[in-house]
Amino acid sequence: MRLINQQLSPVAATALKFAPFLVLILAYLLGSSLRLAENPNDKLLPALTSIADAVDLMAFTPDRRSGDYLLWTDTWSSLKRLAAGLGISTALALVIGVCIGILPFFRALLAPFVSFVSMVPPLALLPILFISMGLGETSKIALIVIGVAPIMIRDLAQTVLALPREQIVKAETLSASSWLIALRIVLPQALPRLLGSLRLQLGPAFLFLIAAEAISADSGLGYRIFLVRRYLSMDIIFPYVAWITFLAASADFGIDRFRRWLFPWSQLEAGR
Amino acid sequence: MKTNRRMTLAALAALGVLGFGQTAVAQEKTDFKVAWSIYVGWMPWGHAADAGIVDKWADKYGISIEVTQFNDYVESINQYTAGGYDAVTLTNMDGLSIPAAGGVDTTAVIVGDFSDGNDAVFIKDGNALADIAGRDVNLVEFSVSHYLLSRALDSVGMSEQDVKVINTADPDMVGAFQTDDVTAMVTWNPMVSEIETLPGAVKVFDSAQIEGEIIDLMVANTDVLSDNPKFGQALAGIWYETMTLMTSDTPEGAAARAAMGAASGTDQAGFEAQMAATKLFADPAEAVAFTASSDLAGTMNLVRAFLFDKGLLTPGATSEDAIGIELPDGTILGDTANVKFRFDTTFMQMAADGAL
Repeated sequence: MRLINQQLSPVAATALKFAPFLVLILAYLLGSSLRLAENPNDKLLPALTSIADAVDLMAFTPDRRSGDYLLWTDTWSSLKRLAAGLGISTALALVIGVCIGILPFFRALLAPFVSFVSMVPPLALLPILFISMGLGETSKIALIVIGVAPIMIRDLAQTVLALPREQIVKAETLSASSWLIALRIVLPQALPRLLGSLRLQLGPAFLFLIAAEAISADSGLGYRIFLVRRYLSMDIIFPYVAWITFLAASADFGIDRFRRWLFPWSQLEAGR
Repeated sequence: MKTNRRMTLAALAALGVLGFGQTAVAQEKTDFKVAWSIYVGWMPWGHAADAGIVDKWADKYGISIEVTQFNDYVESINQYTAGGYDAVTLTNMDGLSIPAAGGVDTTAVIVGDFSDGNDAVFIKDGNALADIAGRDVNLVEFSVSHYLLSRALDSVGMSEQDVKVINTADPDMVGAFQTDDVTAMVTWNPMVSEIETLPGAVKVFDSAQIEGEIIDLMVANTDVLSDNPKFGQALAGIWYETMTLMTSDTPEGAAARAAMGAASGTDQAGFEAQMAATKLFADPAEAVAFTASSDLAGTMNLVRAFLFDKGLLTPGATSEDAIGIELPDGTILGDTANVKFRFDTTFMQMAADGAL
């Protein structure tokens, strides 16, 4: 039998699914206990109990100085920045992407410019952003928009351009105006795709958020990680990384559900 | 099939352990690794490596010393704490809060200098420290800048409640100071000398006003050092030969200062200006006298109180006594059962006695 035709029993498939996670946890526990046996105060691979203590300290105990619950204030600050950045990017992508896709004037005007801008490495712009927009929220949100919006615009314009020409012609023979075609032919097919590309941009958006928070902030998930990195508090960094991963995965899942609920037809077309 | 899987698992686990489990193993050895980062008081290490002084002393003691420059100060300390390096350059405060709090028994081999103006508090639209009240202050949180701010506020009867600290990365300080929403900042050299020249910048406090409290050290892993005293001797030999060279008023001395200036992004004049804001202990006897003086205990008491207040001493610390600090005369500040930070004048004394 060829390897590509191998049939896995459901049990084996489940076991394989969990194996990499188990190996990771086991390797961690082993490495951690070895290091801790040599130095009980080791911070690099803390024991699970110290991680649990750190979670308790960050999430369920008010901070000694400010009285805030740090994990939640950090999450709230970061999510606000993320929501603002992604919201602006999505709105820009919708308007500019559709315009580029259906209007030759805007395609000639903006398509080369957007393609050019999308090649600028956003992190390299960071020092300029901080000087021109200050160290406050504006520059952090701007970084997310600059990093994410051009890609989303290009993606949406491509989707619109790839719509079957027949659909447009058909609508024209039925005497639809440009506006009506945009509204009834293009939007219903572009919007599901927009949400799909938003999902794909969650990862980069978190990357830009954390990079911006590492440079200057007084709260936020990235801020906390780079702050405690100073004294090697892996017991705080590990739960924060897990929490960020969980937030991103939930947002990914949530947006997909939202798309299915809002645009049930997009599901039919994809055949899923 | 089953044994195969088990073996694979064991192999993977072993790999993980190899990757994570490396620590500096303390026993007699001949190869040592030293990490340093860019700062006026540590530039001599880079120069000593370039000029062959490191190899000269290493050869004399029959060992090899690899000197690595880090672009990121905190990363160099973290690497040392994780066991990747045998010695590292750091300040007395970071030595206590990072390796010592991380359980790595650390000894200060060389007390190189203290900051005598290298760290400073700046404000805009004001002319006295008291004007800082109610402002956002940009600084690297939990660094010596934070400590300097806390000492500065103490000196005018204020506390950190009176200001709001905004954590800001050190490479961005000079740029940040030129934006409108930054009105107060604490930072160190070479940023201090650049900010001083900016219009509207008023220096309201600097480390010369807390003389001798921000100390720059070369520390080594205590176990490595006690098993390999040669390593400590070589470090002292390298340091004081480089000191003699760089403080001498000869063409060679000027060339060394110019090289160190270039390596730290400035020139000879800029580097000499930074040296002026640093109290370098070029003479080992002077370093021994400073380290052995009773003032050091006072300084370390202030530092550990600050660290405890910020929750940096160890997560479970219930008082500032959580970590023991051993002074040269054998006195121990804090927990005698958990001594993790030591000041030792042995090697500086040997240099002073010409016994290296």
